[in-house]
Amino acid sequence: MNPADTAWLLVSTALVLLMTPALGFFYGGLVRSKNALNTMMMSFAALGFVGIGWALLGYSLAFSGEGRWLGDLGHAMLRGVDLASHGTVPHVLFFSYQGTFAIITAALISGAIVERMRFGPYLVFLSAWALLVYAPLAHSVWGGGWLARMGALDFAGGTVVHVNAAAAAGVAAWVLGPRKDHARQAMLPHNVPFTLLGAGLLWFGWFGFNAGSALGANGSAALAFTNTLFAPAATLTVWTLLDFARGGKATAVGAATAIVVGLVAVTPAAGLVGPLGAILLGAAAAFPSYFALIWRARTRLDDSLDVVAAHGVGGAVGALLTGVLAQKSWNGTADGLLFGNPRQLAIQAVAVLVTVAFSGAMTFGILRAIQAFAPLRSTSREEGLGQDVVQHGEEAYSHGEGAILVLAERETHAAVAVAVPAAGGGGS
Amino acid sequence: MRPDKLNDVLESLFRADVRGLTIQRVQGHGGETERVETYRGTTVKMELSEKVRLEIGVSDHFVEPTVSAILRAARTGTVGDGKVFVLPVEKVYRIRTGEEDQAAVTPVT
Repeated sequence: MNPADTAWLLVSTALVLLMTPALGFFYGGLVRSKNALNTMMMSFAALGFVGIGWALLGYSLAFSGEGRWLGDLGHAMLRGVDLASHGTVPHVLFFSYQGTFAIITAALISGAIVERMRFGPYLVFLSAWALLVYAPLAHSVWGGGWLARMGALDFAGGTVVHVNAAAAAGVAAWVLGPRKDHARQAMLPHNVPFTLLGAGLLWFGWFGFNAGSALGANGSAALAFTNTLFAPAATLTVWTLLDFARGGKATAVGAATAIVVGLVAVTPAAGLVGPLGAILLGAAAAFPSYFALIWRARTRLDDSLDVVAAHGVGGAVGALLTGVLAQKSWNGTADGLLFGNPRQLAIQAVAVLVTVAFSGAMTFGILRAIQAFAPLRSTSREEGLGQDVVQHGEEAYSHGEGAILVLAERETHAAVAVAVPAAGGGGS
Repeated sequence: MRPDKLNDVLESLFRADVRGLTIQRVQGHGGETERVETYRGTTVKMELSEKVRLEIGVSDHFVEPTVSAILRAARTGTVGDGKVFVLPVEKVYRIRTGEEDQAAVTPVT
């Protein structure tokens, strides 16, 4: 047990946990105001549902046993997850840290199905997906499964987290179908400052995600930290220049997107490439995602908040470039194509393809299974009304005018008017 | 009318060649079922709903197409769709040119 490693992982766990609310802000700002709460709740709900699922079962499926495809039930119900050392940190801490990854990964998918999916079926999907799709893939890379055995390089989860979530997002968007207003009306982000705030907090949390993945306070963490700072910086720079070149104006939504794309791309590479390699990787990652976004908007696939373009394309590019730019002198384990090991690039490509196929097929199965019991989508009328009122009985931006207090069941509080009492019925 | 029907109505009006209108976001109540919201144990009935008010000035022979365009596009069939009021106008001036009445509400082509 190493106190420094333990301290750093404690901080990292909190940092990664913050990414999920941050994602809520990032996504929440991009939707219309009538769906703001619903969109943010889709991320916040993961904190509860995926977190508990992870504790009771998911962790065991991912990190117990020697299976090639899946762990076993050795740690189910947290059996044996104690204060003993796991590597150089307490086992409970390792378990918590991995839990924050499961939460953010599942929450990422929500960007593809916002403004139309019913909340109940969403919760079922989220919980099932984390156990049936995320846990096996996490096992394959970090639990000693097939991806690890074939030598795929994935430092902090570019494939397991981002490519995986994006494949699920693409399938989910396709199964649910487009929003009723998709490609008919302009649907504009209702709060771009929220999106920038979310992007900033995601970046902050991502230091825990990438540098924490070194599982210690060491040189590898320092390298991952540095790369997490400079790769998105490069993506942001290139993205801004692309914006200038194409439209003459640098957009804020573009900047927020660029930061996320850069972070996604550097995730698999964080502790494996040198800082200059990371800058190169970040810069290169801007192009495919930038044009994927433009192309997607012209299709019928309503991946509403572009999870596929940002996380799928960005994650795949990151995984492949890790196979190109990995440098043994920095990471001590493997070289990439550029340093004389072309085979690594092929391994990376296989890892991405298998992940997409597995995640896509499983996601499709889970959604179809839920669909057999309950409709996944709101009715078109409910979609018009907005998911906040329909699914949650709340509004993000309520003025309180015309709200009449209903006396609480327990009449302990005298009725204090919390809102302006009803004005008369003005016609409209 | 309902805010989520605004785009449909605008589209319908433009198709009917009705141009020149003003919209206002208002809150109103026309007998629709109440909406109940809960904030931390405080339950409230929302008596007012977000609505949109359109004001359109048209010449006489345009009244019927305008009204039917709105009726067609704004209708959902449930209470709360809104109303159309047709009111006479005493006098109209176009500020830019000083044109009056019919000429003032005829769009520039």
